[in-house]
Amino acid sequence: MIKAFFLLASLLASVQAVADEVKPNPISHTHIKVLAASCAACHGTNGNSVGITPTLAGLDQGYFLSQMLAFKQGERKPTVMHHHAKGLTVEEIHLLAAYFASQPRVTQTVPKSERLKDNHGQ
Amino acid sequence: MANNTLLDTHIDIQRRRLLQATACATTLLSANVGMAKASKPPIGRVVIIGGGYAGTTAAKYIRMWSLGNIETIVIEQSSQFVSCPLSNLVLGGSKTIHDLTFGYDLVSKHHGIQWVKDHVIGVDTKAKRIRMARGELFYDRLIVAPGIDVNYEKTPNLASAEVQAIIPHAWKAGWQTVNLRKQLEAMPDGGVFVMTVPRAPYRCPPGPYERACQVASYFKVHKPRSKVIVLDANPEITSKKGLFNQSFTHTYAGIVDYRPNNEIVSVDISSKTVTTEFEQVKADVLNVIPAQSAGKIAQMMALNNIDQRWCEVDFLTYTSVLDSHVHVIGDSVSAGLPKSAHMATSHARVCAAAIVALMSGDQPDPLPVFANTCYSFVDDKQAIHVANVYRYDPSKKIMVSAEGGGVSIAASAQEGQYAFAWANNIWSDVLT
Repeated sequence: MIKAFFLLASLLASVQAVADEVKPNPISHTHIKVLAASCAACHGTNGNSVGITPTLAGLDQGYFLSQMLAFKQGERKPTVMHHHAKGLTVEEIHLLAAYFASQPRVTQTVPKSERLKDNHGQ
Repeated sequence: MANNTLLDTHIDIQRRRLLQATACATTLLSANVGMAKASKPPIGRVVIIGGGYAGTTAAKYIRMWSLGNIETIVIEQSSQFVSCPLSNLVLGGSKTIHDLTFGYDLVSKHHGIQWVKDHVIGVDTKAKRIRMARGELFYDRLIVAPGIDVNYEKTPNLASAEVQAIIPHAWKAGWQTVNLRKQLEAMPDGGVFVMTVPRAPYRCPPGPYERACQVASYFKVHKPRSKVIVLDANPEITSKKGLFNQSFTHTYAGIVDYRPNNEIVSVDISSKTVTTEFEQVKADVLNVIPAQSAGKIAQMMALNNIDQRWCEVDFLTYTSVLDSHVHVIGDSVSAGLPKSAHMATSHARVCAAAIVALMSGDQPDPLPVFANTCYSFVDDKQAIHVANVYRYDPSKKIMVSAEGGGVSIAASAQEGQYAFAWANNIWSDVLT
């Protein structure tokens, strides 16, 4: 009976854990998701870059954190990122590190350019 | 009509009856209805007018973040997307307009977005009904993302398409950009290119100065006796000032002649002569960048309540202050924020997340934050940037620039590489 109780409790806990993973606090999750998505212009959808800018998806959380904090504190040579790192709070940088670490690495598509046909730009 | 059953699952009975009474069904059937993969009926329908950076991003992210549970329809009159970012490089000669032109097929197919190629005639916001040239559509929430409209009130003689074939604005990437490039190619060495810059706010604050650099870069190599005269209505360079000033006075010394506080008053078309408050300047090639306002749809819906030009929104949801079910995103929005492509995509995502929250019975994020990076090319390889984080200020109820933003130390080829990576990533994000 006790065994069954523990089994049930652990099952419930794991269900809760899954539920938390799927739907944590919706507002704070949205907050960091939208902030992270604004990085897509340079780092690709969900952090999967198609250019020379680093892919952030699946990046080690500790590495992301150390690099961003180095940019923030002026310890890493300025590129563009120091302007962003300085504008973010330390908490946001921690949350972004966790967010990008949890994103799967996928190959994003680069759209093919084509001949302009439409009556564009009038 | 085979897809009618699918359509039926996407709309409620009342709407279905109304829909069937119109030509709308035919329009919708031509879209990618079959790609919608949600296994249960949608929680609502969002219609987006305008398939630029803002509108297309909003469509994609609503589908992604609602896990396909919000039916999403884009109405766009063009079948192709032409990027304004990088279009000044067409004038410099290192890109063609075709390098910047893309289709909508991938984004529409990958995310189950219904794409309707049509022209909006009117919107009845009480009935939540959009009238198009070939049908009508109902919405639960409407996103208006029409970009800019050019405003020739000050120089009405330049307003027609015929005159713009001679004096283009080329401020929406497309055939006018190609036209302007051809005029520059045809201009003899020793000629004068004159461009006028409107008072801020206008689309792409650094754009005019990037354009001056691109034309100067072309002249420096191919037509070294030619000049670029910039007649700026603003008191100074409005973005990346020190960096552009460096290019004008060093890299392009003797080519670029920058004249601030010099607002256009009139233009004589036949002689291509610009009259400002102070002088008359004759051009061989003339580019008048006119004043701008929110796109035509926003004007038609009277959403442009700020100076009759721009649309006031709630920055938590991008709903118009005039209608809680109509959102406005992109260049049409009245804001202290720069009207950039990256900014348009950030508006779109905050709006998309808010719509998903509202339609799911959740609260939108009360403190949105996003990053913005904008590159400008000073020649065919070197670029400069401005980068900032913007966060919502609940007391002012606007997005404000966070501490720590700023510009490049100097133009570099490395930043040019970053800028091309920016372009590929934003195109991949928006269009696939």
